[in-house]
Amino acid sequence: MTYEELQNAPLCLSGRQLTKVFVNGKVSKTAVDHVDFDFHQGEVISIVGESGSGKTTLSKMLLGLLNVTSGTIYFKGEERKIRTMAQRRAYWNGIQAIFQDPFSSYNIFHKIDAVLDDCINMRYGRHIDKQKREDLKTEACSFVNLKYAELTNKYPFELSGGQMQRLMIARIFLLKPQILLADEPTSMIDACSRATILDMLLKLRDETGMTVIFITHDIGLAYYISDTVYIMEHGKFVESGSADEVILHPKAAYTKRLISDVPKIHEEWNLDDVFTGEE
Amino acid sequence: MSNVLLEVNQLTTKYITRFREDVYAVDHVSLSLEAGKSIGIAGESGCGKSTLALSLMGYYFAPLHYQSGDIIIDGKNISGMKPDDVRRNILGREIAYIPQAAMNALNPTCKIRKFIRDVMHAHYPKMRDDEIDRMAEDRFRELNLPVDSLDLHAVELSGGMKQRVVIAVSTILKPKVLIADEPSSALDVSSQKVVIRMLRDMMNAGLIGSMIFITHELPLLYNVTDDIMVMYAGQIVEKGTAAEMVFDPIHPYSRGLMRSILVPEEGTRNIKLTAIPGTPPNLKKPPQGCRFYDRCRYRQPQCQYNAVPIADIEGNRQYRCQLSVDQLRELYTAEDAEAERKQAEDTVLQKFLKDTGMNSAKEENRDDI
Amino acid sequence: MRHMIRNVFHSPKFVWGFGIFVFILIFCIVYPLFNPGNPLEMLQVGGFAAPGTYVNVYDTVAADINKEETLKIKFRLPGADEKRLESVLSADDRNTMLKFLAKVGVDTSEVDVEDLDQLLELWEKYFDPTSQPKGITRADWNKYKRINNAINRISSTDRRSVSEKDQDGQMAAVGDFSSIDYVSVDEVANHITLPLGTDNFGRDMLKELVSATLTSVEMGFIAGTVATIIGLLFGLLAGYVGGVLDDIITFITNLFTVIPGFVLLILISFSIGQEQRGVTTVALVIGLTGWTWTARSVRSQVISLRNRDHVNLSKLSGHSLFRIILSDILPYIMSYVVMAFILQVSSGILSEAQLSLLGLGPKSTETPTLGLMMNWSMLYKAHTSGYWWAYFPIILTIAGVSFSLNLMNTGLDQVFNPALRD
Repeated sequence: MTYEELQNAPLCLSGRQLTKVFVNGKVSKTAVDHVDFDFHQGEVISIVGESGSGKTTLSKMLLGLLNVTSGTIYFKGEERKIRTMAQRRAYWNGIQAIFQDPFSSYNIFHKIDAVLDDCINMRYGRHIDKQKREDLKTEACSFVNLKYAELTNKYPFELSGGQMQRLMIARIFLLKPQILLADEPTSMIDACSRATILDMLLKLRDETGMTVIFITHDIGLAYYISDTVYIMEHGKFVESGSADEVILHPKAAYTKRLISDVPKIHEEWNLDDVFTGEE
Repeated sequence: MSNVLLEVNQLTTKYITRFREDVYAVDHVSLSLEAGKSIGIAGESGCGKSTLALSLMGYYFAPLHYQSGDIIIDGKNISGMKPDDVRRNILGREIAYIPQAAMNALNPTCKIRKFIRDVMHAHYPKMRDDEIDRMAEDRFRELNLPVDSLDLHAVELSGGMKQRVVIAVSTILKPKVLIADEPSSALDVSSQKVVIRMLRDMMNAGLIGSMIFITHELPLLYNVTDDIMVMYAGQIVEKGTAAEMVFDPIHPYSRGLMRSILVPEEGTRNIKLTAIPGTPPNLKKPPQGCRFYDRCRYRQPQCQYNAVPIADIEGNRQYRCQLSVDQLRELYTAEDAEAERKQAEDTVLQKFLKDTGMNSAKEENRDDI
Repeated sequence: MRHMIRNVFHSPKFVWGFGIFVFILIFCIVYPLFNPGNPLEMLQVGGFAAPGTYVNVYDTVAADINKEETLKIKFRLPGADEKRLESVLSADDRNTMLKFLAKVGVDTSEVDVEDLDQLLELWEKYFDPTSQPKGITRADWNKYKRINNAINRISSTDRRSVSEKDQDGQMAAVGDFSSIDYVSVDEVANHITLPLGTDNFGRDMLKELVSATLTSVEMGFIAGTVATIIGLLFGLLAGYVGGVLDDIITFITNLFTVIPGFVLLILISFSIGQEQRGVTTVALVIGLTGWTWTARSVRSQVISLRNRDHVNLSKLSGHSLFRIILSDILPYIMSYVVMAFILQVSSGILSEAQLSLLGLGPKSTETPTLGLMMNWSMLYKAHTSGYWWAYFPIILTIAGVSFSLNLMNTGLDQVFNPALRD
């Protein structure tokens, strides 16, 4: 689908004046500062920012893992409610996440089977017959090119980083949420395996029509994967729009600087043009 | 070539594990580095990049052990020297090493000035403090670092600033070779650029004779170094100038690496990234033949058993493969054409599916990792 | 899990600690089987018998004379006479002999009191019982003659006779024996071996010690379990739930931390009163005052764990708070909790010893504990009177138990804490 088509798709997740302030004694720090956004069904959105820009805080708030200081999040057009456990469970059926570090994303005491079973329980209920369960697990694993038969009785830490991250995608495949939030899912993985993970995420989007929110610091990666790019600086979105527009024709000074700071291959990377404001 | 600063011949080093197994993480690596040149080392994690950096210092500590080969710095062979000798007379003066987390080397309880004095006293115990201070101030001015920062504590500096201070301090004795192991990977892109610029300025001013730059970020390597070496499973598989390596890789592994580059430039959005399937071999039991055999797309039956020596080809390039350069290039051209055809087909198919309103679910052949 | 346990048993420190601890325990369990009886039974009239085998004198003589002549066993042990002389001639006697020699004009500066052979040789040469040299008082002369008689008696190979009073009240010999006659200890009707002697009440020290060690370890375990459970519960809740609950629990923990634990322990023990203080009560009191640092360290561990991605993922999977704590947090800190438990046991044992030493331990009439035994030996001045067997083995046991527990802890630390690995 083109960018315009996606912009006309129904709204999936949006936020109005979303703010998070961390208070520690008398010191308070605004991590996310009155941001507005509209994420549409089937869109791949990248939120790009440097460390400390508040992108991880924003992702935690979107997931409902962190309380919102002020502002509202709308999920499928309605205000999100996550007060009770039941409401939270319902919300988490709609939004799921892949985290940055595959090595700390798994409970090392649980086997791979248990990880997948959890997802099946969540989506299909506990009382699903054994054969169906096996079939689902096999399907999910084959979607990410893992062989389920070889994984039973293994622990996640026996896999490589790339395989662990693919198992995460298998988890998402089983859960089939409307929104997937991927928080730097490839930053701990070698470049060679990165392409596979990215392709799988895109394939998952194509097959299930889910919205993918991609949080990253790598602007090249954001350009490759996303339809829409949001650039974040000090808790605010400084620029947003289609990937081509934002990356190739940036308007905000921060975006221009960010793009000029990334080493390039086809264009010249001007080392003398450095931003010296930070010192 | 008279001004060769660093010459490494068939250097082999190993790790000895807790179970007394030998792991040859650097296996017969040779390279030579001229004054004013820089060389980049690329590869996946676990391919021996960082071990090579440690090995080149000539200073070995358990579990890393020296096995064989020579490291010759400016005509002096340091590979057989005693560790204490190396530490006193080679490190810092001839070779400087900057690890990724170098900025954490600063003592948080003392000022930068004190830190520099300690470093200098380790090399010249009799040097006076005011001499050192003058030297440090001169160097900071030369590198456009604020001289005031000498009187700050490490915690008062930003990450990029800390990294630059540590680089300035570790090269204060004008080493002939600087080994930088991912010096900017922990930093934001803007700080990374500043650090890289400082390294370039230091090269231009002759403060460091030559540089070995290690990173897994290929676009960075392309912009920083003159030559690029690609390492795989402890061996060098290809070497050439930066442009050659990025735009015309010969070895299948280098090609795979170059195909995974992502940069925010026009035209990179619709290209198809290719992944190299599989994981690097376990170096406790290295494969008998070509180490890349298991993951190679163009493998031949003989590759499994015949180890390949590294071969020189036109224009100071080296590569390590059974197939000739022409054979490989032919294969690559055919593959590119096939990929283009497939993509065109895909586009047509999708358009058709969309027009007819069918689900776009389709079978796709994907490479297993 | 199995892998982890195997790793633990590859750590030499842990294996040593575990070995010492298990050895002490097994000894304490097995020993009473071979030597049953109440450990608090007073065997001796009086107290502080040195370690050794005690043979009933009356029975020894009786066994000797009532047996057939043929049953008598004769040994000619080398040096038997010398040993006998040494045991009879006390240091005082030897000095008296030296004094006499000096008086009759021998140069005594060369004579060594310890060298019995030389002394006896000189004595035989100069002492003539028939002529009293001049300048020696009668009292002294009698003393010398008595010593001379003793020497002669021991040196002689004459048999000794045992007499009994007959009906008429006259002494009559009923049997005799010589200096080479021996009788097996087993044939003596009454004898007792006391490897560690007796304490002030005349109780077998080893038996008491074995029973005390078991009681003390049991108390340590009760105290350790109570402290670990409370600390774990508070730490998990404070660390994971956070917020107001964290503030409240941290406040309570800090409160208990700033009040010196031992003073609190003394006050509680004292207010309970001597009669109510049983073994379990004291152990519970120790456990109830010692949980603070377990709670604090568990809390900090949990705080670092609760932001880990696997916990977030578990939340996203809709797991309840209880389940997340049990299956995503607890296994990660389990190794740490085991280590804390071992240290708590060790400190429980030490706390009991300290309390009892002050006389605030469990009631002293039922079971001995290591601390109580220390208390008794201190009260009856064993340490100032040189009765080393009454306090030294106790110290050694306390040290051994807590050393082995700490060694286990260090070993575990090395296994679980990658930063400490070589």
